[in-house]
Amino acid sequence: MRIELERRPGHSAFFSVVSPFIALGLTIIAGAIMFTALDKNPIDALFSFFIEPLTEVWSLHELAIKAAPLILIAVGLSVCFRSNNWNIGAEGQFILGGVVGSIVPIMFHQWDSWLVLPVMLIMGMAGGAAYAAIPALLKTRFNTNEILSSLMLVYVAQLFLDWIVRGPWRNPEGFNFPESREFDVEAILPELLPASGRADLAIIFAVIATLLTWFMMRYMLRGFEVSVLGQSARAGRFAGFSANKMVFFAFLFSGALAGLAGISEVSGSIEQLQPVISPGYGFTAIIVAFLGRLNPLGIFAAGLILALTYLGGEAAQISIGLPDKIARVFQGLLLFFVLACDTLIHYRVRLKFASHAELAGEGA
Amino acid sequence: MKKTLLALTAAAVVSLGGTAAQAATKICFVYVGSKTDGGWTQAHDIGRQELQNHFGDKIETPYLENVAEGPDAERAIERFARSGCELIFTTSFGFMEPTLDVAKKFPKVKFEHATGYKTSDNVTSYNSRFYQGRFIQGQIAGQISKTGVAGYIASFPIPEVVRGINSFLLGAQSVNPDFKIKVVWVNSWFDAGKEADAAKALVDQGVDILTQHTDSTAPMQVAAERGIHAFGQASDMIEAGPNTQLTAIIDSWGPYYIKRTQAMMDGTWKTQSTWDGLIDGILTMAPYTNMPDDVKQMAMETEAKITNGELHPFTGPVTKQDGSEWLKDGETADDGTLLGMNFYVMGVDDKLPQ
Repeated sequence: MRIELERRPGHSAFFSVVSPFIALGLTIIAGAIMFTALDKNPIDALFSFFIEPLTEVWSLHELAIKAAPLILIAVGLSVCFRSNNWNIGAEGQFILGGVVGSIVPIMFHQWDSWLVLPVMLIMGMAGGAAYAAIPALLKTRFNTNEILSSLMLVYVAQLFLDWIVRGPWRNPEGFNFPESREFDVEAILPELLPASGRADLAIIFAVIATLLTWFMMRYMLRGFEVSVLGQSARAGRFAGFSANKMVFFAFLFSGALAGLAGISEVSGSIEQLQPVISPGYGFTAIIVAFLGRLNPLGIFAAGLILALTYLGGEAAQISIGLPDKIARVFQGLLLFFVLACDTLIHYRVRLKFASHAELAGEGA
Repeated sequence: MKKTLLALTAAAVVSLGGTAAQAATKICFVYVGSKTDGGWTQAHDIGRQELQNHFGDKIETPYLENVAEGPDAERAIERFARSGCELIFTTSFGFMEPTLDVAKKFPKVKFEHATGYKTSDNVTSYNSRFYQGRFIQGQIAGQISKTGVAGYIASFPIPEVVRGINSFLLGAQSVNPDFKIKVVWVNSWFDAGKEADAAKALVDQGVDILTQHTDSTAPMQVAAERGIHAFGQASDMIEAGPNTQLTAIIDSWGPYYIKRTQAMMDGTWKTQSTWDGLIDGILTMAPYTNMPDDVKQMAMETEAKITNGELHPFTGPVTKQDGSEWLKDGETADDGTLLGMNFYVMGVDDKLPQ
């Protein structure tokens, strides 16, 4: 007996729409079973996971802070992935965006002008894009596998950041601890509603990036080019599109957005450079991109949901003493069910029972 | 009807007031690692449990583990501040700025940050003079090691860690002037895989004593496999190496947590920078095992001398790695230099990452 996945001839539009909700329902059921097995009240646990973070204004701010970098990066990656370019190194581009954007507030901290922040943001985007150009160049010139080269450049970026905050950019007033000087107020991304929480402009950037990317993919020739070249490079060539230019476009685009996310995080949330500035946003964003089915609007929702599970995990740790590992398992369950539901819309599971003749054939 | 309502309201107010007065005080903890890491965070969690047992029902001690340094930390601390915690302990160096940021917004909540250097009106910093224990370990290594070279698995080149390396080496050189240290930086506080790799690399390079400033028991296990000796870090790691561990520096945060919680309850809590040592019981040495009696004797004498203040691990003459003089004969290092230490003493076979 074998189990096979067989592509369905057509997939149901209805189920495509409800599949995330089915997944959510299954997660809740599986979660409730798990929490009950752990002697925790499943209602309380689910409440603290999904509802509690949404009941307070400050917590909504935190949701925006956590979701903004995920959405910014994932929206960029969706364009890249749709064009069949596999940028796995957004984490590195995020870091380089943070570092390059910080040149002004660290090396030219005497300069105080309203221009500081715009310059930082542009430099951050340029830094991320330039760093993403490396795997693009390697791919177009030497046919290097961009998955490997972009991934390995993440480690280079992490170590570069580590070196620069311990060495040349170490805070002169920091007792030799590894961190840069603290940014002046001109270099800090303004908070949206300082009275109620600390969410900053980053979430606005995420909204703008989402809408613009959605518009580009849907209504502009460039979006069409991305899809065509992504589905068939050959067909794209017939249409007169250049695959090499697309490699650069995809990488520069996703790199710039990752860089913007990086400098926004540094300028808005951390307010200085530290040896580590990302808890893996660049990698989590890959999950967000696929959860949102590579659609910018879907990604926006997916980013918020994933951010919610992080906050919910913490809320559950505090309010009902759920171990941190269980919170992660629960997060994993959600992802598992979403992907499984999606797979089952496109494929059906077939149990194949081999006939005696086949068995005999295999035996011989 | 009106009366009944009034009575009901009064009863409600009284009962609510009553429960509020009896409600447990919340003392909260933010951990950088897992509470069962066998090292740093576990030591803090044991301290938390001692605190809980000491005050019993009077307090609650919720905690958050595996909190990443950075923006996540600020959210975690703010969550505690909002959920009614009156005293919050943040137990990693990287939580310093987030702690200060949140403290500014919640002036009535009290904060205690471990191993940093900044304080404010409601933020105290507390630390332990781990280097005193490192000196004793160094002396033991100097006696036991046949190759005269120890391997040091280090986390991040911050003053705390550099100070430990130097103290260990000075201890070793006090019995063997030619003693050397090889250092491997794993750039993590807790990464069993990297720590084990570093340990293997060091053993392959001929060290016959391992010590670590990271939090997992992996180096102890490697040392046990390779039949050499090692020192435990932050918690007693004797279970990971019953025939391997010579001693361990055990962080004993419990008494400090009890003292500060009591101060908060009494209303005598004030901002301070605490840097306690062996004498205060904030660090203790695990039993001296797997060594000859004379070495054990020496270690115990040194421990007694450091505890009663007779011996300061950083006493001149001490030369820096670059050959310049740091401490003159008989001179002891001041706390300011120790807190910002970013140089090696002579004999470290490594270039300090700068």
